[in-house]
Amino acid sequence: MKYYSYFPGCCMHEETPMYDSSARAVAKALDVELIELDDWNCCGSTPYTVVDELAAFCCCARNLALAEKRGFDLVAACSDCYLILSRTNQHFQQYPEIRAKITEALAAGGLEYHGTVRVRHILDVFANDITSDEIKARIKVDLSNLKVAPYYGCQVIRPAPSFDDLENPQSLDRLTESLGAKVVPYPLKARCCGGSLILSEDEIVLGLIRKLLQNAQENGADLIVTVCPFCQVNLDAYQGAVNRRFKTNFHIPVLFFTQLMGIAFGIDHKTLGLHHNIVSADKVLKTLEKCKEEHALWSRK
Amino acid sequence: MATTKVHGVNDFIQEISAMPGGEKINLCIQCGTCSASCPNANKMDYTPRELIAMARAGMRDEVLSSNTMWLCLSCYMCTVRCPRGIVPTYIMHALEHLSMRHYRTHPRVGTARLYRLFSDTVHAFGMIPRLGCMMAYFLQTNPLKALRMIRPALSLLLHGRMPIKATKLKPEPMKQLKAILDKAEAMGGL
Repeated sequence: MKYYSYFPGCCMHEETPMYDSSARAVAKALDVELIELDDWNCCGSTPYTVVDELAAFCCCARNLALAEKRGFDLVAACSDCYLILSRTNQHFQQYPEIRAKITEALAAGGLEYHGTVRVRHILDVFANDITSDEIKARIKVDLSNLKVAPYYGCQVIRPAPSFDDLENPQSLDRLTESLGAKVVPYPLKARCCGGSLILSEDEIVLGLIRKLLQNAQENGADLIVTVCPFCQVNLDAYQGAVNRRFKTNFHIPVLFFTQLMGIAFGIDHKTLGLHHNIVSADKVLKTLEKCKEEHALWSRK
Repeated sequence: MATTKVHGVNDFIQEISAMPGGEKINLCIQCGTCSASCPNANKMDYTPRELIAMARAGMRDEVLSSNTMWLCLSCYMCTVRCPRGIVPTYIMHALEHLSMRHYRTHPRVGTARLYRLFSDTVHAFGMIPRLGCMMAYFLQTNPLKALRMIRPALSLLLHGRMPIKATKLKPEPMKQLKAILDKAEAMGGL
């Protein structure tokens, strides 16, 4: 059994409940205990660091202080939360004057932080702390007919230090392969989806999303797997808007990598929250159902 | 006269290099790797390379009123490629911060409004309730633009991905967070 403190982030209560439920279900199947941080608050994300960097760091430091009390690595599922929490940690360790200010502000809330928490991304945990043999041992559904484009986005691997290559990451590729699915080449896998600028600069961001979808389609992907709620929302919920804007006809399901893991492990689709995905994955997954039935028939023989 | 001008130049560049991550701005060799790596460079008034050159030349108003930093997606591609170890992403954040302080309601871009709205919401609720935030943003900026967002928003709503009831922190932890943030804001930034 492996133990981690778990920081879900606001997105899990809002746009991406299925990331949360699938991550928990997959963790359980892999004997990983994700213990949710009690009374965590929003990480503040990039906007807060722009408006008031010190307040943004203090916002994160409260979460880090709560995690330090418990003593495990702090695992974030959202790439933005992961980036901002790690950045707070780095600045806390690197700049003594920032450290002093954060310590003073935390004291106003009766908390203290010493900079000992290690912040991790959930992809890092499932790809590096769990061996591919452990994953293969749990596979119940054959995914070998599935062509998957692994999409990382930006903030999970950049800036340095990172658990993977900064421009050509491999951990999600490896993980997808251990699940038995085919990984298609995806040159834009570490390019940006536009994030929350979809609200303020939609013209520009729809263009970025179009490039990502087009690249996946050209490489023959049945579906895209992603590791970040913002990427999932942009590629999934705005796929229709891209089609209307550019007169394209994309219909590519965008799943969280934990949902794909859950499918391979035979976890029921309701727990994995597949009904929350806007571009439905049913058609793609039906071929798997067929395989599963054939597999069952074959093994009975 | 010449001295005052040089003094002005130093002021702006010193302001930027005093911010964490802005220290290395003077090491820039104008190679343009940042601009070549930026997904939005072609939409910007000035590319990141140009903006750094302008900042070093003390063109404060031109820099702070441009749209360049507001189109930064924080994807850090420039940062990992910069041969001089500069962090252009942090410089963009620093410029956004300065621009927001000098032009409280930025005339050209909605991103400034969006960022302020997000941070105010975190301060008030400890979370970011999306539906409320989206509505507040479009009411503040351009309600007509909201029409284009209705379909994606509706599909999120219909798929159970946009709760109508705002999620917020419980009263006790919220009091603690507020005390911390009030203290931090009273310290007046980094």
